[in-house]
Amino acid sequence: MMRQGPRVLLSRAMRWRRPFSTDLQADTAGDSKFIDAWKKLNPNMDPPKTPISYMKPRPPTPSTIPSKLTVNLVLPYDSVLSAKEVDMVIVPASTGQMGVLPGHVATIAELKPGILSVHEGNEVNKYFLSGGFAFVHSNSVADIIAIEATPVDRIDPSLVQKGLAEFQQRLNSASTDVEKAEAQIGVDVHSALNAALTG
Amino acid sequence: MAMAALRREGKRIAVPLISPNPINPLRSTLASSQEQTPFGVRSISTQIVRNRMKSVRNIQKITKAMKMVAASKLRAIQTKAENSRGLWQPFTALLGDTPSKLLIFIVYWVKGNRTHLKAVGSSSQLPHVEKFETSNITSKCYLPLSHSVGPRDYFLFVICGYADVHSLSGAFVAFQLENWSYQCAIICPLGVDVKKNVIVTISSDKGLCGGINSTSVKTSRGLYKLNSGPEKECKYVVLGEKAKAQLVRDSKKNIQLTLTELQKNPLNYTQVAVLADDILKNVEYDALRIVFNKFQSVVSFVPTVSTVLSPEVVEREAEAGGTLGELDSYEIEGGETKSEVLQNLTEFQFSCVMFNAVMENACSEQGARMSAMDSSSRNAGDMLDRLTLTYNRTRQASITTELIEIISGASALEG
Repeated sequence: MMRQGPRVLLSRAMRWRRPFSTDLQADTAGDSKFIDAWKKLNPNMDPPKTPISYMKPRPPTPSTIPSKLTVNLVLPYDSVLSAKEVDMVIVPASTGQMGVLPGHVATIAELKPGILSVHEGNEVNKYFLSGGFAFVHSNSVADIIAIEATPVDRIDPSLVQKGLAEFQQRLNSASTDVEKAEAQIGVDVHSALNAALTG
Repeated sequence: MAMAALRREGKRIAVPLISPNPINPLRSTLASSQEQTPFGVRSISTQIVRNRMKSVRNIQKITKAMKMVAASKLRAIQTKAENSRGLWQPFTALLGDTPSKLLIFIVYWVKGNRTHLKAVGSSSQLPHVEKFETSNITSKCYLPLSHSVGPRDYFLFVICGYADVHSLSGAFVAFQLENWSYQCAIICPLGVDVKKNVIVTISSDKGLCGGINSTSVKTSRGLYKLNSGPEKECKYVVLGEKAKAQLVRDSKKNIQLTLTELQKNPLNYTQVAVLADDILKNVEYDALRIVFNKFQSVVSFVPTVSTVLSPEVVEREAEAGGTLGELDSYEIEGGETKSEVLQNLTEFQFSCVMFNAVMENACSEQGARMSAMDSSSRNAGDMLDRLTLTYNRTRQASITTELIEIISGASALEG
């Protein structure tokens, strides 16, 4: 019985998930260690704050799959969607369009320029993303971080065609690797824009 | 009429008064105007006080104008900074916040078939760890007792200064403590230990903004002390003239890179991305610690430190199963290998965190400048009041003196 004890505990511990990103308890504890260490070395100075103290804690992983997905779409200039409850989002991952439903497995996805569609009931909102990252957490929270996100109806088709032609020409006449890479990026983005307008 | 003439005379006499001896501005104006009067001049000069009043009034106008300018710049940049606050939150939600270099352990143990936690070690008490063996229950560890906690409570104690603790994850240890004997305990590291720290200090280029640059530099120096030790190195990357001037004085050889004139053009993400790229290319790092002043309100700025770990450290910690242990459970989409995606992730994280940090610091700079200029103009107003009183007293004293002389002269002629 004694010998079985550790094994039972080990299996129990393996199932017990360490509180981490979905639970703030450990993080504040980590913070307090930092504060203690700081106070020992710099007793006369207040310790600096860390980003955790400015964040609202994330909800823990629920035991049943929730009915709605919480989406945060953030850009450097704005939070387009913050904590919006939706049914599904389709993100343009670099491996193709990826649909995310509530209860999706935790994923880190690199995004390529393309369309993000947010499905809420019957309405679908489409945004053209310039690229970034998408995190899906196990508590059905999806964070999408992009540099630019414009609603598709605000894209001007004539400018897209012009840009595409210009970058293709630049790609053909590019000499150095850097120029080629830049022109290739331009071509990719504009063709994605084109596809977004037509598709 | 006589007084007007005398006052005009006072003005004419004032000119040779000023040139011979340079007036020490720290001495009282009244005393100096009286001492400077050479023999033969009858009126006390108010010129000196008048000059001071003019200069103080100009200073007041200038500082008021600077306050208005800072207020308008703050209004422009504040909305942008607040909008950029959502940018770093997903990264902190995913990767956590690891400011500490110490390793923290959660110990959860059982006695028999009930769970009891007997001892609580506070972080300042370092338990004496004799020996750890990862395979067998052989070691003994003596912990200072403070109080007993209920079953299933977690508690933390700190072991620091341990050479290679990564092999300890998942270790079993037996504790012998008073009359209790503990069968096993699971230890898993919580903090992150890094060797190469780079402290990115963000400050302003222009002065007259209160104490925010000094607090940033003090915080950076504190972090440097925290992260320096054997086998660890700590370097600075400095953004902004003011921090550079302060850090060059004592840490010149530790400064790796300095960047100035950030705010020449209005701040935008592209510029900061290029900056971040520059830093990442030129600096070797395990952890980047960005020190800036977070803008809480127009009068309150909080020094903050954000941490960005390098992709190798993230992978190592994810495998070791500590703070970032859950990262392994995430599926990776895109890219050829996991390490490529992690590298893109950390670079993106760095540029996002830098963007937010630079905007918040710019806001704090304008807010601090507003309050500094406001108190400066208030002080100038106070000084002007005091000088006005002095001026009036001087003026009235000179009039009275002239009157007395005239009247005594006239009465001497009569009588």
